[in-house]
Amino acid sequence: MIRLAIALAALAALAVVPMFVSEYELGLMIGMASYVALASAWALFSGHTRYISLATVAFYGTGAYTVAVLNETLPYPVVILCAGLIGAAMALLVGLSTLRLSGIYFVIFTFGLAELVRQLITWYEVTVTGTLGRYIFLDLTARDIYWQMLALVAIAIGLTAWINRSRLGLALRAIGDDEVVAAHSGIHLARTKLFAFTISATLITLVGAVASPRWVYVEPLIVFNPTVSFLTVIMALLGGANRLWGPLVGAIPLFLLFEWLSVNFPDTYPIFLGLMFIAVVFVLPNGLLAGFDDLRARFGRTRP
Amino acid sequence: MTITRRNTLRALTSGVAMTLLLGANLAYAADETVKIGYAVAKTGPNATGAGITTIPNYELWVKDVNAAGGLTMPDGSQRKIEVIEYDDRSSNEDLVRAIERLATKDEVDLILPPWGTGSNLAIAPLMDRFGYPQLGVTAVTDKAPDFAARWKRSYWMLGGGHDYAVGLADVLKAAVADGKINNKIAMVSVADGFGIDLVKGARLAFEEAGLEIAYDKTYPLGTSDFAALMAEARDTGADSFVAFSYPPDSFGMTKTAQSMGYNPKVFYVGVGGAFPIYGKIADGKQEGVMSIGGVDAASPAIKDYFARHTDSAGAPPDSWASAITYASLEMLAQSIERVGLDHAKLAEELSNGTFSTIIGDVKLEDNQLRDLWWVGQWQNGTFVAVNPSDKDGAVAPVIPKPDW
Repeated sequence: MIRLAIALAALAALAVVPMFVSEYELGLMIGMASYVALASAWALFSGHTRYISLATVAFYGTGAYTVAVLNETLPYPVVILCAGLIGAAMALLVGLSTLRLSGIYFVIFTFGLAELVRQLITWYEVTVTGTLGRYIFLDLTARDIYWQMLALVAIAIGLTAWINRSRLGLALRAIGDDEVVAAHSGIHLARTKLFAFTISATLITLVGAVASPRWVYVEPLIVFNPTVSFLTVIMALLGGANRLWGPLVGAIPLFLLFEWLSVNFPDTYPIFLGLMFIAVVFVLPNGLLAGFDDLRARFGRTRP
Repeated sequence: MTITRRNTLRALTSGVAMTLLLGANLAYAADETVKIGYAVAKTGPNATGAGITTIPNYELWVKDVNAAGGLTMPDGSQRKIEVIEYDDRSSNEDLVRAIERLATKDEVDLILPPWGTGSNLAIAPLMDRFGYPQLGVTAVTDKAPDFAARWKRSYWMLGGGHDYAVGLADVLKAAVADGKINNKIAMVSVADGFGIDLVKGARLAFEEAGLEIAYDKTYPLGTSDFAALMAEARDTGADSFVAFSYPPDSFGMTKTAQSMGYNPKVFYVGVGGAFPIYGKIADGKQEGVMSIGGVDAASPAIKDYFARHTDSAGAPPDSWASAITYASLEMLAQSIERVGLDHAKLAEELSNGTFSTIIGDVKLEDNQLRDLWWVGQWQNGTFVAVNPSDKDGAVAPVIPKPDW
């Protein structure tokens, strides 16, 4: 109960932040909120099941593209609703056909998915509509986008908390530990995975939809940038993908670090990115939060 | 606070320090710089274009201005330029944030635009909100008139796909009329924003010019094998081969045409054809190849600019958007000299003023540069302009192109 109160108070505090900061700082907050939402949504499925998905940008880009296609014909809330529905439908389709894959095959498939979606959209635009590149002219301020993104963060973390306590969370953890054992204990593997995957993918689609009005111009090459998928994975892993606050703890410092690097070392930034990837996997395989726990266990044994 | 020796001392020292700081500030004000910021792609897919057309020209201009004592203000005083640059990592999200940072945190006096149509559009609403003039050079879009009307302080200086297609149609139509080539055209285009825009314009323009499109195929971005495509194009018997392509494709097609001995009478490639490196790609046989853009190679100002650019960047500029990028900066400097750094006045001057630049006297029409070169051709090692043929400095095209 107290934890919930603290989380709600933090959310309320974050919601009034835009009143006190400059446009640039608000831009930073939006960037941070998007990555926290992406990493949390990603971890909602991948954290417990340990299915590493690189499809993040496939859904993220689809969300952005939906807004680009519909923003001139439908009112904004309907557009966002459509984006969510399209994301969910796509996740169901993809999930049904691929969640029987496991290990490296799943990783490769999800990576290919982003490319597939990009090429499909390109093909459609070239042969059917005959234009490539769409415009998003919406009268949304940075504050509006920030608040929507913050809401998505709250939903992603709230849903994760709820799932962790529910039978679904237990089932997902069992699947992550050993699929065969899980199946033998009576867990419906396909249904469980599909459900979590769809929730996660829908949230990711919504993040893309909410973020897109800031770009004004959208084309497949811009919205299906694979770096987004990699960053999401590395942020979630850094914090600890199987913990409620892990993705948040990983996303915020990494996001700030990348911003600092791009400001101060614009030419060498990709090298640092690669080193970070390696460091996270080697030094903190279970994430920062687990690392803290280890430290506490080692030095704080006297205290309960 | 009680009066102790320590507190008195502290107050005194801080007072002295304050005075010193203030003095330093005053001294600084007399020698104030003009802060100019930009965020361009140093990494990612946009880095090639930005590295050839945008960044070297920004650097050259800043060097030139500072070497001359700085930007001249309306009162005749000079202020040096201080540059703040960021990498947008070819991501619009990062680009938007970098512009917010430049405008609200660094509080720069002016912001120079990024490279690319998408990037320029992404920052247009922000630039408009913060009131900065946006001299968008490296953006090719048929919607420029709409954008100029939507964002009053945005300028669009490289025309639209339709313009380039009509220019090419003109050249080909004249060659057909002179009996130099048949009226059949084989056309390929890259399935990306730029290729689509141009090919759409071309279908219409070629038809209006009475030309027959014998072959019309699109290939995906990132294609590296063009042998099949070009063999089919050759088999149509068309005398003109037209490719609306990106640099890697333009280079690849040139190589392929040479190795298969395909010698169309007109060989036209898209972006990259006007790059200085093209001569090397074509193994020194670039004579007669046509492409987008062009410069008035005989003009002394352009010759001087090419020499200075080579000195500064280690390579000559490309012959399409580079000179226009540099000219847009000259326009900015001249506007500042006339009206100062006030954004509203600057924007008005840029819209209405006439400027003397390396590409000649420039006056914008509805915030757009329309006096542009649409088609150029390699002749004697230089990429010269051939269309519009009635524009000063135009050279007659060489058709048919000599064999590879």
